[in-house]
This record gives sequence, structure tokens and C-alpha cells, in this order.
Amino acid sequence: MKAKIIITPKKAVLDPQGKTVQTALAHMGYTGVTGVHIGKYIEIDLAPGTDQAAAQKALNDAAYKLLSNPVIEDYKLEISE
Amino acid sequence: MNFSVLQFPASNCDQDAVHAVRLLGHSARLVWHKDATLGDTDVVIVPGGFSYGDYLRCGAIARFSPVMQAVKQFADNGGLVLGICNGFQVLTEAGLLPGALIRNRDLQFHCENIFLKTATNDSPFTSKIPSGKILRVPIAHGEGCYYADKETLDRLEAHRQVLWQYCDATGNLTDTANPNGALQNIAGICNEKRNVAGLMPHPERACEPLLGSDDGKWIFESIFAALKNKTVAQAA
Repeated sequence: MKAKIIITPKKAVLDPQGKTVQTALAHMGYTGVTGVHIGKYIEIDLAPGTDQAAAQKALNDAAYKLLSNPVIEDYKLEISE
Repeated sequence: MNFSVLQFPASNCDQDAVHAVRLLGHSARLVWHKDATLGDTDVVIVPGGFSYGDYLRCGAIARFSPVMQAVKQFADNGGLVLGICNGFQVLTEAGLLPGALIRNRDLQFHCENIFLKTATNDSPFTSKIPSGKILRVPIAHGEGCYYADKETLDRLEAHRQVLWQYCDATGNLTDTANPNGALQNIAGICNEKRNVAGLMPHPERACEPLLGSDDGKWIFESIFAALKNKTVAQAA
């Protein structure tokens, strides 16, 4: 069982990495790119047979307290077999 | 007066902070991150560096260390806490100060002298800074761009929690004088109770003329004065 957590900068927060990559893409000739947002991807391995609802609750807590900083970041959590 | 300077794995300004405090005539000692108590302490300095390798986010892991639980309690009881550079990042991650420090807007690590304007003398960290004095102190960071949402910024302003702002040599808060893109040129703030402060610049590296500037000493002199007043008040 795996948990996948995608962390992205909040829309209002300056994302200089995203902006720089967006500029680079434009220089390379990729047109139509209107925004690039760079975040983090975290994969967590869970013991087989873990209760999914309990894991969801615990990992939401962990994502809020440690894995992301809610002042500047949003996260999405997915748990799959 | 006893200063406790925290030491995390990869702190690298801890010795500088100890040196500055001793140079200015007070006692300082290092407190290891695994210690759950601070001992006899009047002030805590959370020093600069790259605590826990800056893994995940700057300051994110340090916040959970045993010593930080003691620092939280110390701060809740009104103790003075100063976070410098990475220490500022640790204090925001710990929720002891509002906002966050994000990547410099130009993605560069900035290691240079900057100028600071003191926004208010009404704090234990700024009271002795001479009125109108522009402080020349170094910065050395890659993630020092102060960010907070509008509501938080409004609250900082309403409670006069902004202590220092980046400025030019004559004290103008210009965009070119802002090394990292910090909102409102914010270089340092305090909490609402005014006993916890953090700043990105390094006053401890500018406390003697040999280092090019001794302007940083005014921040330490303010702390010494605040503690002296507290001791006098307690004795009375």
C-alpha cells in the first residue's frame, strides 16, 4: 500500500522556480504554456493491510503538520493498493 | 545574563553567536538539539545554518527536536527568543512567528552586506538602536524571502510587529535594496507578545569593527537592556 502526496506552492505565493522554467520553455519554443508550478512529490510505503481510512486521517495530519507548510503550500493526498 | 545558543546538526553560526555575546560582556553556552531542557537561561538564540540539512523545508525538521519543545515553553512563559537566519526559518515553521521564508526571488544565494531600517524601537530587540540609525549587517541565505498572506501582513502592521526592513544606504525602502523579494522589504519581525523575534540578516557577524561593521551590537544591547529592566522590575 502506498500514499502519494503532491505538494504545490499556493497560487498567491511567488514561485521563482516555476517562473524560470516557464521562461526556459518559451525560449525552447514550447508555446502556449501559461504557467509552471514546481512542488514536491512524496511517496510513503504503508504496511500491507493498513486500514485505509485510518491511514488517510493520520497522513492528512502529517501532511498538515510536517510534509507541507500550510502558510505557503497546498497538498493532495492519495492512498492506493 | 545567560544566553543559550541552540546547536542543531548543521548549525553553522552557533559559535559566532556565542562569540558575539561573550565579546559584548555576557555569558553564552551551546545547547544541543537533543536536550529537553534549557537550564539557567535568560535568552535563547536559534542560530543560522542549515539545520538537518534543510531537508524537506528550511527549519521543518528542527522544529520537532526535543530542545524546541523547551524553547516553545520558554517563549510561552515570556522568555526572550531570537532567531537568526535559519533560526528565523525554524521559528516560523514552529509557529512561534507568523509567515514563512521562501526561495529568494532571483533563485540566487545572497552573501553580502545589506542595510536595515528599524521600523520600531518598541521591542526588547530594538529599543537601544539609535533613532534613525541605518544598520549595515551581512546576509547569507538562499531562502529568505518573507511571505505571509494579506491578513497576516495587516495584523503585523496593526501590532507593529515588523522590526527591520531592507533599505538603501540612506534608509529608503526601495525594491533594489530588497535582496530576496521579501514582502514589504521585511527582514525581521516579532510576535504579538514581542518576546520572540526573527531576522534573516546576521547581527552576530557584525559586532566588532574588525568584521567591517559593529552595527549588529545594537540588537544585542537592546536585549541586554530589556533583561536588565526585567531584573530590576522583578527585584522591586
